[in-house]
Amino acid sequence: MFRRTLPAAAFALSCAIAAPAAEAQQRTRLTVYTALENEQLAPFKRAAEAAVPSIEIAWVRDSTGIITARLIAERQNPRADIVWGLSVFSLLQMEAQDMLEPYTPRGAEALRSNFRSDRSPMTWTGMDAFVSAICFNTVVAQQRNLPRPSTWADLLKPAYRGQIVMPNPASSGTGFLTVAGWLGAQGNDAAWTYMTQLHENMQVYTHSGSAPCNNAARGEYGMGISFDMRAVTLRNQGAPIEIIVPTDGVGFDLEATALIRGGRNAEAAKRLADFAVSRQAMELYGRYYALVALPGVQPAVQNYPAEFEQRLVSQNFRDVALRRDAILREWSSRFDAKSAPRN
Amino acid sequence: MSAGLAEAPGAALAAAPAPYLVVDQVSKSFGTFRALERASLTVGAGEFVSFLGPSGCGKTTLLRAIAGLDPATSGRIVQDGRDITGLPPSARDFGIVFQSYALFPNLNVSENIAYGLRGKAWPRSRRQQRVAELLTLVGLADQATKYPAQLSGGQQQRVALARALANEPGLLLLDEPLSALDAIVRLHLRQEIRALQRRLGVTTVMVTHDQEEAMGVSDRVVVMSRGRIEQIGTPEAIYRHPATAFVAGFVGRSSHFDAVVDATPGMLRAEGLVLPCPATRGLLFGTQVSTYIRPEDVRLGPQAQALPGHFVAQVTHVEFLGPICRVSLEAGRLRLEADVHPSLVPAVGSDVMAALPEDRLLVFPQDV
Amino acid sequence: MSDLALPVRVQVPLEQRLLRLGLLLALAVLLLGLVLPLGTLLLRAFEDADGHFVGLANFVAYVATPSLRIAAWNSLWTAALTTIIVVPLAFGFAYALTRSCIPGKGIFRAVMLLPVLAPSLLPALALIYLFGNQGMLRVLLFGESIYGPAGIVAAQVFYCFPHAALILAVALSTADARLYEAAEVLKAGRARIFATVTLPVARYGLVSASVVVFTLVVTDFGIPKVIGGQFPVLATDVYKQVVGLQNFNMGAVVGLVLLLPAIGAFLLDRWADGQRAGTLSGRAVPYVPKPRRARDLPLLALCLLVSTALVGIVGVAIWGSLVTFWPYNLTLTLNNYDFDRFDTAGWSALWTSVRIALAAAVCGTALVFTTAWLLERGAPGGKLGHAVRFIAGLPLAVPGLVLGLAFILFFNHPANPFGFLYGTLAILVLNGMVHFYTVMHLTAATAIRQLDPEFEAVGASLKVPAVVTFGRVTVPICLPAILDIAVYAFVNVMTTVSAVIFLYGPDTKPASVAVVHMDEAGQASAAAAMAVTILAVTCSVKLLQLASGGLVERLTQRWRRR
Repeated sequence: MFRRTLPAAAFALSCAIAAPAAEAQQRTRLTVYTALENEQLAPFKRAAEAAVPSIEIAWVRDSTGIITARLIAERQNPRADIVWGLSVFSLLQMEAQDMLEPYTPRGAEALRSNFRSDRSPMTWTGMDAFVSAICFNTVVAQQRNLPRPSTWADLLKPAYRGQIVMPNPASSGTGFLTVAGWLGAQGNDAAWTYMTQLHENMQVYTHSGSAPCNNAARGEYGMGISFDMRAVTLRNQGAPIEIIVPTDGVGFDLEATALIRGGRNAEAAKRLADFAVSRQAMELYGRYYALVALPGVQPAVQNYPAEFEQRLVSQNFRDVALRRDAILREWSSRFDAKSAPRN
Repeated sequence: MSAGLAEAPGAALAAAPAPYLVVDQVSKSFGTFRALERASLTVGAGEFVSFLGPSGCGKTTLLRAIAGLDPATSGRIVQDGRDITGLPPSARDFGIVFQSYALFPNLNVSENIAYGLRGKAWPRSRRQQRVAELLTLVGLADQATKYPAQLSGGQQQRVALARALANEPGLLLLDEPLSALDAIVRLHLRQEIRALQRRLGVTTVMVTHDQEEAMGVSDRVVVMSRGRIEQIGTPEAIYRHPATAFVAGFVGRSSHFDAVVDATPGMLRAEGLVLPCPATRGLLFGTQVSTYIRPEDVRLGPQAQALPGHFVAQVTHVEFLGPICRVSLEAGRLRLEADVHPSLVPAVGSDVMAALPEDRLLVFPQDV
Repeated sequence: MSDLALPVRVQVPLEQRLLRLGLLLALAVLLLGLVLPLGTLLLRAFEDADGHFVGLANFVAYVATPSLRIAAWNSLWTAALTTIIVVPLAFGFAYALTRSCIPGKGIFRAVMLLPVLAPSLLPALALIYLFGNQGMLRVLLFGESIYGPAGIVAAQVFYCFPHAALILAVALSTADARLYEAAEVLKAGRARIFATVTLPVARYGLVSASVVVFTLVVTDFGIPKVIGGQFPVLATDVYKQVVGLQNFNMGAVVGLVLLLPAIGAFLLDRWADGQRAGTLSGRAVPYVPKPRRARDLPLLALCLLVSTALVGIVGVAIWGSLVTFWPYNLTLTLNNYDFDRFDTAGWSALWTSVRIALAAAVCGTALVFTTAWLLERGAPGGKLGHAVRFIAGLPLAVPGLVLGLAFILFFNHPANPFGFLYGTLAILVLNGMVHFYTVMHLTAATAIRQLDPEFEAVGASLKVPAVVTFGRVTVPICLPAILDIAVYAFVNVMTTVSAVIFLYGPDTKPASVAVVHMDEAGQASAAAAMAVTILAVTCSVKLLQLASGGLVERLTQRWRRR
């Protein structure tokens, strides 16, 4: 008898513990996959739920790679209703696998033309641009007498030998965006030559896009190639870092919104997609990023150079996304094999 | 030789009560290993039967087949008229005591004894009464609330016995019940078990490798070797009239030598000696035989001189055993042991006259 | 005489059939939670991205990549080096605990457990604080970088130490004093006694500890990811393929490759297990050490040294969780514990973790213990038993990331009737149970095997159903082991990251994942704070177990006293 009651009791207990609290609610609960930063989630949710009262946002947030891997793994049976805040490269990869639900949000035509899908109806809409940037630790620089770089070309200086960290493009979206930017700005051959030379100064290729900036902020390395947004969080905590957007053409990526094909709350998701391109939302994005998709919205974020927009290389996202495999294969064959740590 | 062997001469077959347990041609294999080969025997109601043999002889296998713990591969087992061969243990009617006792360490003495007393048939008051009864029966009335770890080996054994008897089973199985105890406790307990068994009249089968134990308490002994039953009989019959060379060598003490049947009928030739032995009359000249003689049957000195076929032997060693002395002898390549009264012990190194009484020689033709 | 006797048709009683059914049920759970998901994943190794069968093409492509050999070699040698460092250290520590008269054994025993109670990110962060380029003890590295094999091995040594020490302490605690007396009577010297008596008895434990350490290092990905720099190992290769490149097919290939060393180690362990028979007889007399300075003092020094290192690392992490921004603003603050500022899940992640861990501990222990009993006693033997036993041994060799990915692909398949589990806490609970199944099973099986093999036979002869004997005898006797299993499950599920990072849903983000997220977001102090909080929870549970152990002992283990 005991044996029969024990598992039964255990099962009942586990069910009681494991069952998600049943919430009586009127609003549609949208499962939103995102790679937005932690601190953005609360204000974004508040703003969206205020603007579209019929929805409630349930975030699933992780790094770009993990969220993309999850979305693709779940392809046959999608769990997300909508993606809000994910690299456009990831979205294009998903578009190629027919995972996006075409929908042109109300007012999306007003967005900058390279900040939205060229399909009709659109498969994705851009939010803002984030760029690869250099997190430069001023304290370490002073100790080691490192000059402040202002261009990518500066990073080749022998003085920086073993002082630079960047993300492995095969592990990290940030790493890829950086490499894509160099390819776009310098052209194929010149870019590969550049990377080969840069490799000599590289201390480590990390598996995470944030790690280079985090490490630079802690003074582990003199500078880390990362993305602009990361640096802000760190500086707010008191890290002595300066964020440098090189003047000789930076690669950029878009944070974008897309509906998932087969999502369970398509209508509600469309309302959120509408909000995501609204001026109100763009002003929200502008609190974190210097360049948003809707022309004429003045970003509130500080410390960006005035001519920021001109520094971005012009790139065809779909073209780069299609070449992604080839680029990474090339990169891995050149730099992955030399894997021993460098000093 | 197998089932046909059954009862040796002298076994009190007529006196055996009605069969309670019938084991018929039971075999047991573990994979390709035949642990038990066509064992057949009957146990009368109220009888105490021991399975005796060296380790690996199949005695425990047979016991576990009777209990249903390791069911027989083929054959038939009938208990009290019911075919139980394929029944699970829980559907049979027996109590068992293991060598380890397998007392439940987390239950006290009373709880252990009461373990099988459950269900509607055993309301609380009746159960308590029965436990008290059993505790008195095994003399542990004052130990009821102790845990097994707090008891001596002998006491644990009694708890196991009381637990096995609690349901008043028709058959009591004892698997080496005494071998974990020291010699004195062992002797005492085996007598106690026998007395208890007589009093309750419960049919009992005990497995043991200790022949003194088997001989001491059993109505009949089943001698086993290499998965086969060698002989079934009263202790005396087994000792006096071993049915096989194995039994002769295994049960009791004996000297062994090889011999050949002589041309003269009724004579044996061994190590240069010619010995009269009427038991060989039926055997062909030249047959190789294994010969055994008990030490108490060897005659020395004047007693020997009176017998035909006496010979001279040298005393090589004398062992004092209390009531008797055991003398080791050598005659050529023949080595013998003889028991003599301590007052008659010859000196080591001296020559004595020795003889092997012809009716005491145990002769078994060797398998060629 | 020909063998004409009819074979016996053994009647299987209803009870026995029910027990077999129970075993079948256990098999079903293991199939659902392990075999089918892994199978789904491994099939991917033979498919292209669109799901077409491509045979061995993926393997060929992978072998053609030079990084395979490098990563495989790196995995092997870091694991081997860690094993070589950890096992002797742990042996010395365990030897001191069991065979010497040093004071404070209880404290050392508790300290030894610290690393298993913390998420693996905690030592990695602490090592960066200590030995990173801004580290307090950086000079000790003589210019070597902690980012790379040095850091991996150092962090793994910390992380694996308790696993090895626990196994060896058990192996050394079962010594037969009579062997030592015999050796001394034969005038064997101390070294000879050690080599001929102590080591052979501990041989199985040594093999087992080595296998566990080796497997842990090969399959762990958290440490190499955080502190390994770009030093590639197999586990980070899986990460790169799956997370960086979203190439599940290649990820499955690497996952398969990753299983090889782990399975090899596992087979070695099995082999050693087979050799073990007869090392310890049932009537051994327990060995009681006598004080001896020449032995006790060095061992005490070793224990102090190891304990200082373990406590030091945890201490640095605690300190790290209190500083404002390391290394530039070392003002102490409690702000880092205000998790809602750093992560949307905030403190609720901790409660989520506790709920998952509790459920996994309760369900897992019930499942594991009942199954182990069915295998050993209730319904042993047969092909079914072999199958369950084999599957029970598998999870040790499966890296968490591989298991997590397998879970997504299997449970989220549209045709899977268990799809409703996806995204719920239940799937995280199932994952936790399966992930740590092997060690829980081994503990349960060992405890049950120590019971008299005839308990069930006695029960049957008294017409008491086996389940009653299970409830009245087996479970009460094994209660300490059952508690051990439950606490083990709780602690491991609390701290694991790799298996659950793909599986949590909007409301079910566990604290260990929050640690990774906060670290990624550059909030190292908050990440350390969450790791310390997890450590506090697991420590409390462990202390609760020790405290309640006394109570449980008094209430249910009274019979052990003489």
